[in-house]
Amino acid sequence: MFRRVLGKTLGFVGYTIQYGCIAHCAFEYIGEFVVCSGPSMEPTIINHDVVFSERMSRHLCKIQKGDIVIAKSPYDPNMNICKRVIGLEGDKVCTSSPSDLFKTHTYVPKGHVWLEGDNLRNSTDSRSYGPIPYALIRGRVCLKVTKYIDIYNIKKTANVSFCNIRKLVTTRSHVYGF
Amino acid sequence: MAQQTTAGRRYLRAFVSGFFVAVPVTVTVLDRFAYVARVEGASMQPFFNPEGGSKSDIVLLNRWSVRNYQVQRGDIVSIVSPKNPQQKIIKRVIGLEGDFIRTLGYKNQYVRVPDGHFWIEGDHHGHSLDSNSFGPATWTSSSCHR
Repeated sequence: MFRRVLGKTLGFVGYTIQYGCIAHCAFEYIGEFVVCSGPSMEPTIINHDVVFSERMSRHLCKIQKGDIVIAKSPYDPNMNICKRVIGLEGDKVCTSSPSDLFKTHTYVPKGHVWLEGDNLRNSTDSRSYGPIPYALIRGRVCLKVTKYIDIYNIKKTANVSFCNIRKLVTTRSHVYGF
Repeated sequence: MAQQTTAGRRYLRAFVSGFFVAVPVTVTVLDRFAYVARVEGASMQPFFNPEGGSKSDIVLLNRWSVRNYQVQRGDIVSIVSPKNPQQKIIKRVIGLEGDFIRTLGYKNQYVRVPDGHFWIEGDHHGHSLDSNSFGPATWTSSSCHR
């Protein structure tokens, strides 16, 4: 009787460990859902948006200029930041604000990236803390979960769908729609 | 003939189920708990590789102890190099956030370590790629050897 309970408990623990490890491998090497908060990436990603960030590009070192990435904050390793890659190593980036008369430039050092939020007026990014090491990047955002709002009935429907975030291309002055 | 196919199929099933158990568990253990690595180079002499040459020390790195991002001064840590994201470097922690460091060969003679960063140096000064070259280091996937 006691043996059977012990056997069942051990089996249950074994299954938990196995599925926990599979979940860890999936989150670490495939991708994970992230809830973004803060206004620094508007209008691409709004406060409380859920995005899917994939990990394979980071492990294969295929992050490119213009990608939105999730990275560990350089000042607090428990916090994550979501910004766009403006410059890779060796690139020349402009560090002065648009209102300055004289433009200053800097080169991104080896092994680092330059991040900026899309909402330039309301974003702390590499313009304040400098370029961050490439190894702090955790993943690349590729999909955003959107909810449709039914305009005629002015109520939210239950449909959720994925929109490919590459279609939302933003430059400094324009936003190209879905 | 029928006996052989069922034995072969049983073997395949056992192999696949064993594979799907062993690989995630091994990967999780290597990522979260412990990691074995070989130390190369002379930057931590005489602690690691005291003879130099062909014999390299092998170390066990403890990843569980840095899960809360806490290290002490004097610990030896291994981080991803800020200069080359495909290389790991192993050095000693000299200063934590808020400390004032007198540097050897850095662009400023005195540096205050910013929040979320730490200052690492190799034991063999002058033969080491450490914070004296690239400045304060941050938590790029580190593990600790005590």
